[in-house]
Amino acid sequence: MNRSVATKRSSWPVWARRGLMENIATAIIAIGFLMLFQPFALSLYTYSFVTMLAGTVMFIIVSKFPE
Amino acid sequence: MLDRTADNVARATPEPLAKKIRGISDKGLAWLFISPTILLLLAINIFPLFWAIYLSFTNFRANRPNEAVKNLGLANYQRILGDQDIWIAMQTTAHFVFWTILLQTVIGFTLAWLIDRKFRGHAFWTTIILVPMMLSPAVVGNFWRFLYEPQIGLFSYVVSFVTGIPPTNVQMLSNVELAPWAIIIVDTWMWTPYVMLICLAGLRSIPEYIYEAAEVDRASNWRQFWSITLPMALPFIMLAVLFRGIENFKMFDMVNLLTGGGPGSTTEVASITLKRQAFESWRTGYSSAFAIILFVAVFGLANIYVKALNKVKQR
Repeated sequence: MNRSVATKRSSWPVWARRGLMENIATAIIAIGFLMLFQPFALSLYTYSFVTMLAGTVMFIIVSKFPE
Repeated sequence: MLDRTADNVARATPEPLAKKIRGISDKGLAWLFISPTILLLLAINIFPLFWAIYLSFTNFRANRPNEAVKNLGLANYQRILGDQDIWIAMQTTAHFVFWTILLQTVIGFTLAWLIDRKFRGHAFWTTIILVPMMLSPAVVGNFWRFLYEPQIGLFSYVVSFVTGIPPTNVQMLSNVELAPWAIIIVDTWMWTPYVMLICLAGLRSIPEYIYEAAEVDRASNWRQFWSITLPMALPFIMLAVLFRGIENFKMFDMVNLLTGGGPGSTTEVASITLKRQAFESWRTGYSSAFAIILFVAVFGLANIYVKALNKVKQR
């Protein structure tokens, strides 16, 4: 009673899978967060918001990607 | 009895309305019931958010509503992100958030672990420990002001008794070095029970048979703690850290009541700066931009923690 199970291969590129992309987005948010609160350089603070925003938008988009 | 009541209600429905309802599908009926909530959410959450985003690009001042509103583009954001005073307020916030979360997590988890031992009277002590959390922040702020009073405050006398420093010299709220710690102490006192409660739920969810199996394997108490208790309670600890992190990041009431941001600007956290810009300087557009920056920071933080939480749960 061996039944062959047809496995459907996703055409979604491997590098764009949710897990990896979410990790990258999380890292960008974390870097932005540290830039916002660090006491060392004003220039890092200046670019913190853009970094955090980019990471957050990326996270929202990639969390809809297939696993 | 219930059927009869439902029947009576159905009969009481006016015929035109009853006809309309009969024609609605289950999905339509569900939408009909949740639409008031959705409308309320749109009115009090979503609309103000989009309105704040719009205002953040303008020079609008709430105290001059009739003045022409000029579009400034990204100028408000550029000003905030180049402002040294706001940068310092962010560092003060970070200092406050870091220490409160660290102390609350360590003390809260330790208390939960002790309460979980189920000693005699543990229920009574749990209730006593939970009392600070149930108080209003306004009440807590006011009575800690009295406790910190150098002349009559109990806190100053206890510190004086322990260290030998005269109580009039223990000026917790007006000393530049001590004022941030005065707020950290009060916040830790008030919210540690909350962290304890979440950690206790985590500890109680660990099945007893895992410890029994560890006992059979002759694992020491220390080993059981590091290999069973801590990893299994970790999702709960992280949840507590997430909740407290977000709450403390936008902390306002306690700081405003205890120090009002002073002495100087040593305890001026981001929310106090925001309030000063919005309701003292009346720079509504500028403060809206600042609020959006804080919103993005909290939103990003929440994303990181939810992801970390899911990872720990999958283990």
